[in-house]
Amino acid sequence: MTDVAQIRRDAAQTRRWGWWYVTELRLREMKAYISYVVTSSFGNPLMYLLGLGVGLANLIPDGIDGVPFLVFVGPALLMSTILTIGAEEGMYPVLGGFKWHKIFFAIHATTVTPGQIVGGFLVHLAIRFTFTAGVFYLMLVAFGAVPLGTGWLMIPISILGAFAILTPLAAYSAGIEDDRGQFALIQRLIVMPMFLFSGTFFPLSQVPDWLEWIGWVSPLWHASQLGRTVSYGLVEPLWLTLLRVAILAAYGVIGAILMRRAFVRRLTR
Amino acid sequence: MSHSVIRAVNLTKKYDDFVAVDGISFEVARGESFGLLGPNGAGKSTTMKMIASVSTRTSGELTVLDLDPNVDGPAIRSQLGVVPQEDNLDGELRVRENLLTYGRFFGLSRAEAGKRADELLEFAQLSDRANSKVEPLSGGMKRRLTIARSLMNDPQMLLLDEPTTGLDPQARHILWDRLFRLKEQGTTLVLTTHYMDEAEQLSDRIVVVDKGQIMAEGSPAELIRTYSTREVLEVRYGSDKNVSVAALIADVGERQEVLPDRILIYSDNGEQDLAEITRRGHHPTTSLVRRSSLEDVFLRLTGRSLVE
Amino acid sequence: MSAVTAPKRRFGGMYGGNARAIIERGFKATMTNNYLIILSGFFEPVFYLFSMGVGLGGIIGTIDLNGTEISYGAYIAPALLAVSAMNGAIYDSTWNVFFKLNFAKLYQTMLLTSLGPLDVAIGEITLALLRGGIYAVGFLTVMSIMGLALSPLAIFAIPVVILIAAGFASVGMAFTSYMKTFQQMDWLPLVMLPMFLFSATFYPISIYPEPIQVLVQCFPLWHGVELVRMFTTGVFTAAAWGHLAYFVVMLGTGVIVVARRLRSLFLR
Ligand SMILES: Nc1ncnc2c1ncn2[C@@H]1O[C@H](COP(=O)(O)OP(=O)(O)OP(=O)(O)O)[C@@H](O)[C@H]1O
Ligand SMILES: [Mg+2]
Repeated sequence: MTDVAQIRRDAAQTRRWGWWYVTELRLREMKAYISYVVTSSFGNPLMYLLGLGVGLANLIPDGIDGVPFLVFVGPALLMSTILTIGAEEGMYPVLGGFKWHKIFFAIHATTVTPGQIVGGFLVHLAIRFTFTAGVFYLMLVAFGAVPLGTGWLMIPISILGAFAILTPLAAYSAGIEDDRGQFALIQRLIVMPMFLFSGTFFPLSQVPDWLEWIGWVSPLWHASQLGRTVSYGLVEPLWLTLLRVAILAAYGVIGAILMRRAFVRRLTR
Repeated sequence: MSHSVIRAVNLTKKYDDFVAVDGISFEVARGESFGLLGPNGAGKSTTMKMIASVSTRTSGELTVLDLDPNVDGPAIRSQLGVVPQEDNLDGELRVRENLLTYGRFFGLSRAEAGKRADELLEFAQLSDRANSKVEPLSGGMKRRLTIARSLMNDPQMLLLDEPTTGLDPQARHILWDRLFRLKEQGTTLVLTTHYMDEAEQLSDRIVVVDKGQIMAEGSPAELIRTYSTREVLEVRYGSDKNVSVAALIADVGERQEVLPDRILIYSDNGEQDLAEITRRGHHPTTSLVRRSSLEDVFLRLTGRSLVE
Repeated sequence: MSAVTAPKRRFGGMYGGNARAIIERGFKATMTNNYLIILSGFFEPVFYLFSMGVGLGGIIGTIDLNGTEISYGAYIAPALLAVSAMNGAIYDSTWNVFFKLNFAKLYQTMLLTSLGPLDVAIGEITLALLRGGIYAVGFLTVMSIMGLALSPLAIFAIPVVILIAAGFASVGMAFTSYMKTFQQMDWLPLVMLPMFLFSATFYPISIYPEPIQVLVQCFPLWHGVELVRMFTTGVFTAAAWGHLAYFVVMLGTGVIVVARRLRSLFLR
């Protein structure tokens, strides 16, 4: 006779922590490319800050928005770096988990639920974003580009922004059968324009009016503006600041719901 | 004019320090059908690649159609049809386009390539999938397409690396039939296979390789005569008793081989030996007398442990 | 007798004299799969140009180029053209080649026929250059419409861009011939990103201290950017010959290395 109650109890125990097992697995997998993550976490901010911040500042001696150019552009560079990683992580790694190395199917064969797979996936990325954004933040501080003490809030903001872009993309990626170049198209026709026309290097008002809507739908613009608010005190009405947070949260939450649904569908069909 | 179309002398291939093919020598005559047998990792595919002049030999001599692969690769390949062990179809093209472009790689005219493509689609029974993508084809269909592709240039010599792996019995017989007819027309066949019945059916002459070296050579019948007996008697006593019984009947037959699940007794008269065993009171749970096959030769030459 | 006539012996069995068939296959594959992707590739530099040229240009205004004041858009447009030539050529000669060689096994298929490695290399590079050339024509058209092509000589930027792309592609292929795993390819962005950011793309290198300037001048992209900029702005200096020579040498070196590596790359 098997003890059904005991089996249920055991399963419940593993189930409660299922998301963490997934996180752990992905952290362990990261070992294979950890040197790349660390190198690029230090290298990329340095390059961008020197190349686009310090370098371009020479052409804009008066600064923008009443602050030096580097201070103006710093938060946006941080956001665009983290959000870019977010967009990347929402594409190939998700499809790959279903199609190539099939790791999601392997995990699902245990007691872990699809929802926990999504949860663990996101928690792992949150850890990674925290690290990369933290390094970037410290580097900005070292360059003297963060006047306010609230500047560290850029780290959670960048995670919010990254999830805003990552989860909807991941929901899409979990649903497609095959990479027939959709990712390249998304990258070039959605992600790229969003990054270029989202007031990273100049205030959004500089882009032609008929392109300004791109900024409004782009998580990057909202994240950058929030970053500027906490970093050097960009003056915006409170309702607008709250609206930005709400927009990012809405993207993230709706995206996560869709992502979970796509995972369930793919894993159980 | 029957001279060698392949001549290998001390042919050797090393990958870094690892010796994959270790100084083998053999010849293949025009119009002959030549089989390469050997366990996994023996060096069969490596040998095939060197013949197809897509892998550079480390040392030794090799001529294919009287040409040296190191200097005349394209010329040699223009006369070869190759079925690699793993299908490498062009996933970016559709089924018929795969054949067409392959023909164009040989410099066939578009019209000629189109004509042959249609004919070979028919042979591969893929005409109705002509405009399908390659990816969704079943494993066997892909194999058939690869085989069809190898015939696009109407080759003088066909290199087939485990051609029928993954094919259903019908497709296997259709392929055998086609190969017989090609052979009748004078095409030289070189093939590797893990199906001994296939090797026996298709090859005039066989070389058995193991660990990169040649273990034996001859026609299927010769090999069986040399390395095995006429018949094999298989008896089972249950896995716990096989070993102890084997010791008691060791003198029966010419040679015996104890496997975990059964005892093989090689002999010229299986029925007679079976009678002898029963006479001694060892009644097997099941018994079978069969003709000796290439499989027995293979197992003997390449060692049982590899196959267990 | 066989339907196929044997090709003549050329370049020690490396060349089957039929690179055209590879190009044909490339067109067919593009048509069946990814003409949209190819098309979208054109937009990348154009988006950059809109964003940086118009957006940032509105703040920066004009910039001094060897004594001539030109708009910021006209300054960065040629740089973006050179960068996109570099990116396209590097992508095609590294990731793309590595994938087709080790994963799709496409080159193995091609080499089962009377083609040689040289046919494959020539065919694939030609395809990449054709694509790069088409992008360049498109981008120059956009530049002209935006009034950023300041000189009639801009038309000659097209062959120049193709030379730059060929230089990068040959070196990229040489690099790929030494690669064994995808992880090793991670090195690439580490070289390309700084080149993109520091090669007089967005501002003159005169803002750097002397030693850094010299360092930047060692890398190919700077020469490419400067050269293309001369043609689109019409502001030439004698340094043009140096830039040209740089790419000719780069192309030559790349081709020699690739030719030597062909056997180990394709006929392993
Ligand atoms: N490209 C390569 N690099 C390194 N080692 C290789 C390479 N190709 C083959 N080998 C090694 O050479 C040996 C012979 O391989 P080969 O593919 O010729 O075996 P085979 O006889 O065809 O085996 P199978 O029956 O499994 O197909 C193997 O040990 C294999 O690991
Ligand atoms: Mg093999």
